[in-house]
Amino acid sequence: MDILLYLIPIALTLGLIGLVAFLWTLKSGQYDDLDGAPHRILHDDEDDN
Amino acid sequence: MATDTVSNFTTDHCAPTMTCRHCGNASGRADFCCEGCAAAHEAAGTINASNIYASLARPTGDETYQLELIVEGMHCASCVRLIENALAANDDVLSARVNMTTERLTFSWCGTPERGGVLAEQIIKLGYKLHDPGDNAAGDVAQNTERQLLKSIAVAGFAAGNLMLLSVGLWSSTGETMGFATRDFFHWISALIALPTVIYSGRPFFGSAYAALKERHTNMDVPISLAVILASLMSVFEAFRHGEYVYFDSAVMLLFFLLIGRYLDARAKGKARESASRLLSKLAGSASVITNGDVNRIPIKDLKAGMRLLVAAGENIPADGTILKGETDIDLSLISGETMPGHAGVGGATLAGTLNLTAPIEIAVTKASEQSLLSEIVRMMETAEQGAAKYIRLADRAASLYTPVVHILSAATFIGWLAWGMPWQVSLLNAVTVLIITCPCALGLAVPVVQVLASGKLLKGGILLKSGDALERIAGVDTIVFDKTGTLTVGRPRLEGGAYQPEDLRLAASMAVHSRHPLSVALAQRYDGDLIKLDVQEAPGKGLSAAYDGKNIKLGSRGWCGREGADDQDTAALELWLSVNGDSRAHFKFADALRPDAAEMIKALHDKNIDIHLLSGDRKVVANRIAEELGIAEVVAETSPLEKCDYINRLKQEGRTVLMVGDGLNDAPALAAANVSMSPSSAVDITQNTADIVFQGEQLMPVLDTMLLAQKSNSLVRQNFALAIAYNIFAIPLAVFGYVTPMIAAAAMSGSSLVVILNAFRLRMRSR
Repeated sequence: MDILLYLIPIALTLGLIGLVAFLWTLKSGQYDDLDGAPHRILHDDEDDN
Repeated sequence: MATDTVSNFTTDHCAPTMTCRHCGNASGRADFCCEGCAAAHEAAGTINASNIYASLARPTGDETYQLELIVEGMHCASCVRLIENALAANDDVLSARVNMTTERLTFSWCGTPERGGVLAEQIIKLGYKLHDPGDNAAGDVAQNTERQLLKSIAVAGFAAGNLMLLSVGLWSSTGETMGFATRDFFHWISALIALPTVIYSGRPFFGSAYAALKERHTNMDVPISLAVILASLMSVFEAFRHGEYVYFDSAVMLLFFLLIGRYLDARAKGKARESASRLLSKLAGSASVITNGDVNRIPIKDLKAGMRLLVAAGENIPADGTILKGETDIDLSLISGETMPGHAGVGGATLAGTLNLTAPIEIAVTKASEQSLLSEIVRMMETAEQGAAKYIRLADRAASLYTPVVHILSAATFIGWLAWGMPWQVSLLNAVTVLIITCPCALGLAVPVVQVLASGKLLKGGILLKSGDALERIAGVDTIVFDKTGTLTVGRPRLEGGAYQPEDLRLAASMAVHSRHPLSVALAQRYDGDLIKLDVQEAPGKGLSAAYDGKNIKLGSRGWCGREGADDQDTAALELWLSVNGDSRAHFKFADALRPDAAEMIKALHDKNIDIHLLSGDRKVVANRIAEELGIAEVVAETSPLEKCDYINRLKQEGRTVLMVGDGLNDAPALAAANVSMSPSSAVDITQNTADIVFQGEQLMPVLDTMLLAQKSNSLVRQNFALAIAYNIFAIPLAVFGYVTPMIAAAAMSGSSLVVILNAFRLRMRSR
């Protein structure tokens, strides 16, 4: 059963990474404009001139 | 073919040549839809509109300012691109971002607040309209709660997943096989994950339950909070005394499911609120006031009697007044439902909310805006709204039944087990299991999931729900009252015939593109060949004239073209004549056409045994003709806004559930009075603002589609309630008699939630 001492923290850490990643995407406003975002990728980047 | 061009105007909106650069309306192939707009556009350079935006700028730091505005007239991603690039091209602009979902433009710059006004002007010159988003405190709060809910879901989801991982281990073995120390270890790890989660993710429920209790009420959140808190405390206690079962996973899973329901609910409400506030912002417009020769834009609500206003062609007249300078045609259809514009010259009266069509005018305000006819209608509307009984949502009714039942059951379980002679721990454990197992997961998800799916589906069909419970209310409708102009009919004249050669049409259309008169617009839209370049003069109320090929061409009324007194008089018809050098050689006849699917829809509604009434402000002859054509028996014509409102109230007193469909300003009070209301998106802003549901396009079918979908989703909601009840009937006895282990609780809870969600998704599947 010693293996549990490794596996449980690993499982928790992986879950936490996912959670933190989600909270970060939320915080950086990636869900604010769900209609606009899919269109934006179709545009070219702005000219640098 | 010709009708195609009409409907294409919305999709081709972004093509700069298709829309007027001043007012944003369809202009055929010219830069401006009429000379008035061209003149007003030029004048706009001198009008000081920027100060109104400058006053909205918010300082964000050292000499940097931010401005948030609502953009009207965006239809596709290219518009977003266009606006953002136009602003970004300025060196002092730090950032510019358009949110397509909320149609909000946020940009920041460094410099002075006034610079923001200049930048806003650039966007207006691209052909978009900007609005002050106004005080959006309520919207911001709602958005914050939505975000908070999402975070809570994420945390609860993470915890639920990990707890399940541990729980499966616990369920699949006993203390003997896995070792008591290991079991306790699992219990404590579970507690470590669950307790912070409950404290964090449970807040939306705890807060609302606490508020309800403080007011000596109870709501759905009270049993939820009780179940979650008691289950957690009980489990900690069990972990301490090395007990066999802990219920951490149930508590957290409960939160997870309920939060999803709560989030979907908030989202549906938020969407409705967003569309409502976007419409509201349009109402807070501004007017051009002339003071000592300078023109300034001031908010309409600050207008006072005696002020001199400049109203460009194509602009809404902001106040009741008299014309001081200029001569024009005024579109009264918004007030009276009358299709033909009226002609007004110096000394003529103007009404707030009507549309100035052909030429710029100067007016003197006679009544402050709060005394105008427009405001009277708004007041009438507000009275009607207060009179309408508040609708109690199905879910709330279910909750008010559910809460006491659960509390009593759980208390009875506790007392029963004590009376049986069991220790209080066991009694409490069983009482808590009753709370957990009866928790309204399915109930909390049943309505929001269906609602989100239904409103999403409606949105794809161009139907916008403006209030969360509109769908529920429309399902029970048994009487529909239609307005005529603009609702059953298209609201604009269409070319229906006449006597002309193709060459005449080309010549007439080339002239007509220069005018905003409804007949000219109809003519121009009917022609899709190439145009002749002409220099056209417009005589308001009479017609157009131009010189072409050395000939004097006139397009306009019978009198304008010298056909007055001819024997082919037909006063009922709307017509335009074309004369070349005095020879009136062609004429075009127009009629306000029915919406293409009006007859079909009325028939379908009759088949569903729905009572249909026609209520029109227009003349009796016209209203009766339309009613006859469509087979509507109940017709009332020549009604005032107040009469319309009374008519609806009478129907309601007869015990009917009334849906009102209308588009005019004169319909607004009636819309507010009806149980539920719809308006086409071509309606006046204030009317769209009143209606619960707004639909887009030329078709009238959305009315029927919405009703059918509402009925379907209502029956799904009821099925879901039935499923939830059936599940409870099965699960409650088990819980009361103490047979529910954590595993059974988990399986039953997720099982019932999944069934409810899957059932809701049938709403989507059926249509394909």
